[in-house]
Amino acid sequence: MQHVSPVREPLVTGGKTYHDITQDVCRQVEAKPNIRWMAALSVALFFLGIFLYSVYRTLWFGIGEWGLNKTVGWAWDITNFVWWVGIGHAGTLISAVLLLFRQKWRSSINRAAEAMTIFAVICAAMFPVLHMGRPWLAYWVFPLQNTFGSLWVNFNSPLLWDVFAISTYFSVSLVFWYIGLIPDFATIRDRAKGPIAKVAYAMLSMNWRGSAKAWSRYETVSLILAGVSTPLVLSVHTIVSMDFATSVVPGWHTTIFPPYFVAGAIFSGFAMVLTLMLITRVVFKLEDYITLEHIALMNKIMMITGSIVGVAYITEFFIAWYSQVEFEQYAFINRATGPYWWAYWSMMTCNVITPQLVWIRRVRYSIPLTFVLSIIVNIGMWFERFVIIVTSLHRDYLPSSWAMFSPSIIDIGIYVGTLGLFFTLFLLFAKFFPVINMAEVKTIRKYTVDNGPTYTGHHEHHTSTHQPATIGVPASAPVNYNKHD
Amino acid sequence: MTKRFALGIFDDEDVLLHAIENIRAAGVKIHDVFSPFPVHGIDDALGIDRSRLPIAAFFYGLCGLSFALWLQIYMLGFDWPMIIGGKPHIALPAFIPVSFELTVLFTCHGMAITFFIITKMYPKPKVNVMDVRSTDDKFVVAIELQDGKTDFGQLTQLLRSNGASEVNEKEMTQK
Repeated sequence: MQHVSPVREPLVTGGKTYHDITQDVCRQVEAKPNIRWMAALSVALFFLGIFLYSVYRTLWFGIGEWGLNKTVGWAWDITNFVWWVGIGHAGTLISAVLLLFRQKWRSSINRAAEAMTIFAVICAAMFPVLHMGRPWLAYWVFPLQNTFGSLWVNFNSPLLWDVFAISTYFSVSLVFWYIGLIPDFATIRDRAKGPIAKVAYAMLSMNWRGSAKAWSRYETVSLILAGVSTPLVLSVHTIVSMDFATSVVPGWHTTIFPPYFVAGAIFSGFAMVLTLMLITRVVFKLEDYITLEHIALMNKIMMITGSIVGVAYITEFFIAWYSQVEFEQYAFINRATGPYWWAYWSMMTCNVITPQLVWIRRVRYSIPLTFVLSIIVNIGMWFERFVIIVTSLHRDYLPSSWAMFSPSIIDIGIYVGTLGLFFTLFLLFAKFFPVINMAEVKTIRKYTVDNGPTYTGHHEHHTSTHQPATIGVPASAPVNYNKHD
Repeated sequence: MTKRFALGIFDDEDVLLHAIENIRAAGVKIHDVFSPFPVHGIDDALGIDRSRLPIAAFFYGLCGLSFALWLQIYMLGFDWPMIIGGKPHIALPAFIPVSFELTVLFTCHGMAITFFIITKMYPKPKVNVMDVRSTDDKFVVAIELQDGKTDFGQLTQLLRSNGASEVNEKEMTQK
């Protein structure tokens, strides 16, 4: 068991009891939707409409609706794909990696972050599917025998690895998220008043009754899922980066891509988690659960991964010079000073320079500044993908085919449309599902609100000078169940 | 089959853990304990064995890995061999990503399905719970009342003296 730290801030503030936690989280699910939620949903649905219209144009008239040309055959579609997949990574990182590292602060944000992962991957998946031009033949990417013979898919291709990586990632994240939701669905089921809610949440809660053995197995499953999801997160973005790195295009053919892309993914993912959490905590009045301390911790992760990304940018330049390959050197000089200089410098400003402000304590703990910063980082990371893809493609080995890329209205429509899709799904999630993992927050309440647990059957040696009186009572001692210490 | 249970309701998990130890020491068999969140230390207190799910997970992973390797080697090496990018037919390094992904896929889904089966979890329109507060803020110790063997009055006293805030009797139609 853990001792109470005299230096760390509490994870749940406001002196909540277990019942308060249930009340605070269920309030949103049980109450009628408020005006702000309805307004936000209307805006999201409007953008979803734009998405559907753009998809209709793309499918009916073909990929010619996009701004692609003979040199730049991949632009906003792959940019948006990589951007969305990257955003998804923070969710798994919070739920899996921080679980393995025993970071208790993850408990109040993991549910929403995992939901964000699922929805971001759905948005990401739209782009490769639409880019096929004939999405009704999308099943061709799976190892099924080709309709025209016995030809199989090519397992040597990173694009096929992507199919396996993204679909595995999506289904594993979904299972992880759902298993985490089951005990909370049971809580809502047992409080439900309406007949529809009673049956719906009973079905969703899968006969969960919270028995000791079920909890024991549940924790084992969570831990193993976290254990397999952790390398999975790294593998997914590594494979996405290999789509580029295994080619011979100058600016893409680099060994730094896998770690660089993974760091970028975590960077943009944490920025998106921050954006969503800052809104969620205010709209749903969850300030006691998502505290300033949480925001500061997420800011720190964002700053560290942002710095890794910054080092990667500089390394790319160094390697271009050090390799003495003139095409590589040209590609990088062209990025910084060529026709897309503005995109390059936007990326540099947003991703490398601004996040360094997080070193300042006042910025780290400021809600408005964090909000602005998180949006700047998301913009910067979008530019990063755009710079990598478009600047490398628009001037390749053959100067006669050099071209510029400009997006069509449909390109823009699909991109802002996926934002609509994402926020529609997120808002529906926030209304009907518990946004905070109640069961897990209840497990960490004791470490923060009271003076820690009193059961000391296996307690470790305590070094804290701040020990509550009850800690250290041997298990065989008479029970002090009145607990008015 | 209808069974009768004595339900000891506890407000605090630390009191609960001591109570479980004392009840078991008194020779009373605990049917089950229901809690709103996983209580650490309850496995030892109740004598629940370590789950063998990790072993199952390992074998699911092994199945995934074997399936992935068989799939790729059979398809590209034997059924329809083609030289792609100058690589040999059975290009093992290029098969690593898909093999890894399928290992994870099989581990995750295999284990989740096993978990649902052994824990008897399935969608059900109405769930019978011992006490609805056990998913909110109460910890419920259920002890089966066998006619002629166990006395409700004595159990109440035992539970009360170990910190139960209330003791109820409940009939359940199934398990």
